[in-house]
Amino acid sequence: MAILSAKAKPISKGKAAVVVAAIAVIAVFPLVFTNPAVTEIAIFALMFMATSEAWNGFAGWSGYFSLGHAVFFGVGAYTFAIIANDYKLPAGSGLFLLMPVAGVVAMVAAVLVGAVALRTKRHTFVVITIGVFFIFQLLGYNLSITAGASGLQVPTPYNWNAATFNNPFYYAAAILLGFTVGLYWIIRRSAFGLQLLAIRDDEERAKGLGVPVWRVKLSAFVISSFPVGMAGALFAFLIGQIYPNTVFNPLFDLSWALMTLVGGIGTIAGPLLGGVVLESVQQYLNLYLSNADIYLIVYGVVFLAVMFWMPRGVVPTVGDALRRRRGAGEATIAATNNGGTDSSSEGKATGSLAGVVQEGGK
Amino acid sequence: MVTDFIRAVIDGVLSGSVYALMAAGLTLIFGVMEVINIAQGILVILGAYLSYVLSVHLGIDLFAGLIITIPVMFILGVGIQWGLMSRLGEREKVSMSILVTYAVAIILEGALDLIFGPSYQQLSAWYVNKSMHVLGFYLPYIYVFGFLLAVVLLGALYFILYRTEFGRSLRAAQQNRTAARLIGIDVNRVSAITFGIGVAVTAAGGMVFGATTSFNANSSADLISRLLTIIILGGMGSIGGAMGASVLMLVIEALVSTFWSPTWATLVFYAVLVVVLAIRPTGLFGQKAVRAQ
Repeated sequence: MAILSAKAKPISKGKAAVVVAAIAVIAVFPLVFTNPAVTEIAIFALMFMATSEAWNGFAGWSGYFSLGHAVFFGVGAYTFAIIANDYKLPAGSGLFLLMPVAGVVAMVAAVLVGAVALRTKRHTFVVITIGVFFIFQLLGYNLSITAGASGLQVPTPYNWNAATFNNPFYYAAAILLGFTVGLYWIIRRSAFGLQLLAIRDDEERAKGLGVPVWRVKLSAFVISSFPVGMAGALFAFLIGQIYPNTVFNPLFDLSWALMTLVGGIGTIAGPLLGGVVLESVQQYLNLYLSNADIYLIVYGVVFLAVMFWMPRGVVPTVGDALRRRRGAGEATIAATNNGGTDSSSEGKATGSLAGVVQEGGK
Repeated sequence: MVTDFIRAVIDGVLSGSVYALMAAGLTLIFGVMEVINIAQGILVILGAYLSYVLSVHLGIDLFAGLIITIPVMFILGVGIQWGLMSRLGEREKVSMSILVTYAVAIILEGALDLIFGPSYQQLSAWYVNKSMHVLGFYLPYIYVFGFLLAVVLLGALYFILYRTEFGRSLRAAQQNRTAARLIGIDVNRVSAITFGIGVAVTAAGGMVFGATTSFNANSSADLISRLLTIIILGGMGSIGGAMGASVLMLVIEALVSTFWSPTWATLVFYAVLVVVLAIRPTGLFGQKAVRAQ
């Protein structure tokens, strides 16, 4: 089923229109909403949409749940801070160019981690990623290059205009998101993407059919670390100060898993929808509630509710429900009006995104 | 030098026995239900807080309090199995179980942090700070008592598993759930009781942990990753393996901390896991161990 729906379909006009609309909304958002508190929430939302997409691109499509992707976030953040400090780089927009460098270093880490962790079966893999995560967090606390618990300072561009200070970060996050979604959109339509899905559905059988299982899994793992590492670098630049427990944060993986599951695991649109809603809510609660405990409890309860009542996530469930109600012939029209009904398609992704962003603006 | 070595080994064995108890519960649950209970760490902390409340507010001795806390944790375990785990579908069960118990863990962590606050607590009693003098070594009473408690409870666990009717049903369910159901074993009941037993040991483990270490709700993250490391090394589902791995790992940690530095001891703990799995993906004692799905 999953394999059938992966067949390359021509992009309908409706979907293209939704994508263009979404890009337009993202592009003008900080010009309309100039309140720094709002744009900061938007930056985090974009960042977590991109990282959830990357998490889903490995975990959702291979069936190997990683609870250690925060390792790559942290490696990216530390790479950024260490290079910026050691070479005394001037604080300015040039530092954004370090993001891909951080992503590449994260990929190197992913090769090392994946080479060991992916040797095992799925559930052992989950546990090993947790172990590896703690190794990296401990390294962050104990190495001299990371300055231990006192953390690292990152150059802050003080000369930027205070009113539009967040905008460069916002657009960097938007480009990261666009890149990540584009990357996974291409992968989803490629032979590589199909091999990954075949591994998820039945690994032994995929192997029997000639899929180079080990290479595909490792490649997917390493590819997914790239956007996460870049997000880590962006996070370091935005926050200005990093500590082992803020960048090697165990809640990150939980967030990515939750965002993906809520939205719909294995879809392109799911992690985007889950990311934009949950991260915005989380940042909002942080800002106005500032109680981490209540947030933990709410998070856990939402997680349980989704897993038991909507185990496939919002996007596939709602998509199916809509499709059942309307005739198949009307689906294309619906896609234009309502952000799409085809759960496995890309139109839905941007449709939901545009819808949520517009709602946020009211 | 030699004295330091022996001391480190004794330390490792004594604290390893308590980890053996906590890990045995975790690996038992996995063996029967193929469920990885990520909440085991926070349940240990919950056990410690229960003992704390009983001893501070009601003046009940830590060991006597176990008569109350063990049944409470048993009921909680049965509740988790009945209310959540038994309702999971068969598809991707292990991964789903990890996520569900992870959710349970963060709910409990949030609740405990809300109730008790972030400051560290430690359980106290006359035997916590006193030591006995044996053959030139000072052994804190709590470590010795904790060791004895762990031995007694692990003995009881073995008795239940290998000498009772229920134990036979449990082992049957562990070997083959479907076949066990076919010969008339009530697998759901066995699962609920197994989950109860697996969680009940955290009451005792948590009490000893809380008396030997200062803890808060966040201590659970470190604890669960250690326990997971132990059960993987021991070969998942194998109780004997979990016990062996606990003692081995804690001895290694004590040795590293004595001869190198305590900061790196924890790192070595996980490094051993990575090295072992790179060489032997089934764990140290695993045969069927890291099972095929």
